Amino acid sequence: MYRYIVKRILLMIPTLLGAAALVFVLMRLIPGDVCVVRLGSSGGTFDPKAVALCHAELGMHRPLIVQFIDFVWGILRLDFGTSMWSGNPVTSEIWARLPISLEIAILATVIAIAIAIPLGTVSAVKQNTWIDVVVRLFAVGGTATPSFWLGLVSLLIVLNVSSALFGTPWMPPIEYVPIWQDPLRNLSMALLPAVTVGYRYAAVSMRMTRSAMLEVMQEDYIRTARAKGLIRKLIVNRHALKNALLPVVTLLGIEFAFLIGGLVVTEQVFNLNGVGRLFVQAVQNQDYTLTQALVMLTVIVFVVSNLVVDLLYAWLDPRIRYR
Amino acid sequence: MVTTAVQSIGAEDLSPNRATAARRLLAFVRNEVLATLGIVLVLVMSLTGIFAELIAPYNPTANDFGAMMEAPGWAHILGTDQFGRDLLSRIIYGARTAMIVGLTSALVGGAFGLVLGVGSAYFGGRTDLILQRLFDVLMAFPLIIMALAVVAIFGTGVGNVIIAITIPLIPRCARVVRASALAIREVPYVDAARALGFGHLRIILVHMVPNVMAPFLIMVTAFVGQAILAEASLSYLGLGVQEPVPAWGLMLQGGAEEFATTAPWIAIFPGLAIVLSVLGINLLGDALRDHLDPKLRKT
Repeated sequence: MYRYIVKRILLMIPTLLGAAALVFVLMRLIPGDVCVVRLGSSGGTFDPKAVALCHAELGMHRPLIVQFIDFVWGILRLDFGTSMWSGNPVTSEIWARLPISLEIAILATVIAIAIAIPLGTVSAVKQNTWIDVVVRLFAVGGTATPSFWLGLVSLLIVLNVSSALFGTPWMPPIEYVPIWQDPLRNLSMALLPAVTVGYRYAAVSMRMTRSAMLEVMQEDYIRTARAKGLIRKLIVNRHALKNALLPVVTLLGIEFAFLIGGLVVTEQVFNLNGVGRLFVQAVQNQDYTLTQALVMLTVIVFVVSNLVVDLLYAWLDPRIRYR
Repeated sequence: MVTTAVQSIGAEDLSPNRATAARRLLAFVRNEVLATLGIVLVLVMSLTGIFAELIAPYNPTANDFGAMMEAPGWAHILGTDQFGRDLLSRIIYGARTAMIVGLTSALVGGAFGLVLGVGSAYFGGRTDLILQRLFDVLMAFPLIIMALAVVAIFGTGVGNVIIAITIPLIPRCARVVRASALAIREVPYVDAARALGFGHLRIILVHMVPNVMAPFLIMVTAFVGQAILAEASLSYLGLGVQEPVPAWGLMLQGGAEEFATTAPWIAIFPGLAIVLSVLGINLLGDALRDHLDPKLRKT
């Protein structure tokens, strides 16, 4: 097992290095120049001297290879340089916005699991009944609904219902308050976005739970359990679900990366100052350093979550032994 | 008299066939409720997109400043937006944009993925290793993140959005296709084709590709839905299709939020169009999977 872990971690290195190279190259292919954008935003004309000075300030005058080595060395030290737009260190820009995004991501995962596993199981046990059709439709709906639209509609409902009830429309707060300071305010801010992002997550996991359960329910040992007269509830909960959850765990890990993608759009809808919104702003402002840092972070989260899933898999299923 | 006899013979000849066909259709609709729903939704979306000029009651880009933010009614069935543009017409033309982006990205991404996936499995060895590591790297980027990065380079607009969505789809397709193709590589008829001295291209295209069609088709169907969602997200962020092109995601940007309480229809209908079309495509994909996967096929 330890050898496997070390091997997997070593295998991550070329992937991450490749991703770093790709991100670095992609960001340099961008037509347009951050300095021109930066100087042009004030509305006045800019002179080439100012652009050259800006380039020197940002280290863009150095050879590309030097910039790349600097970039990789920075990643290793968790130092992504300074934002080309705001001038603040990238790490502190991300750090300030991380709690809210992380909270929504965790909350969405919890919501997804709470919805997906019971509904997926019921759908499989009651296969081809109207319950199954409704649950499947709910699940397919989840994969078809863009999270930003769900966010818009839920905001619309909250606004209209609150204005009908209290006379003035109520909006979820947009300023982040840690949960330990004001739990009510914190949850009223994070809950709607979490449900919005979590729906898709739940839908995908629900479909996986259903199909895995259907497959497991046809196994011989389930037939044996049934033959020896075990009650249905025990068969489902103890024998089937435990084994059916293995692929669901994998999916939850893979979908975590999609969650980050979902956050990019959802934070925009709810006007939340999270990492997702920062990403869109970085792309719009052509902020190379910030964009490449954020893409790199997403890739790292994705690769690490894949590793965690694989290890969890081995831990959950005693039949799997990695070499 | 003669004609009546001929007619009646003709009718007798046809009616059992027709009856069987109708009965079969009815049985299909009854047994495959979700698949039927999917087919209907996809048909409606495709026909709407193709015949937009004939169906749309108004010009989708024409402003009517006398009818800004008009509620749904007889003149404008789904209402108008903040610029007085008819929402129904914009949604109808939006179906075309969604179809162009969805189908092109899915087919082009799928085609590249198919060739790379089968090629990677067929050649094996170093080619396979290099391609797999490359796919590893590309797959480490979530679709929307990769699309955002590509949009940052190429810029916005329909063509660039298609490129942005196509690129991340390629490795996803290649991965699945490779897994299926690996099994086929060892099958005797591929060996026989090799022994007969057929070229690599012929073996790949004629002998291997048709055999990975089932997983490929299921995946490409799913890609169409994913591409439509990605396009909507990018356009919503202002990084996709640009005004005045009618696109569903773009319609949800700006006015939809600003006038949420006074004109909620601006936010509701375009989103509903996205949901229904992607729902239809996903249901169709599910039905296709159930039909093509022998393990899932109903007996």
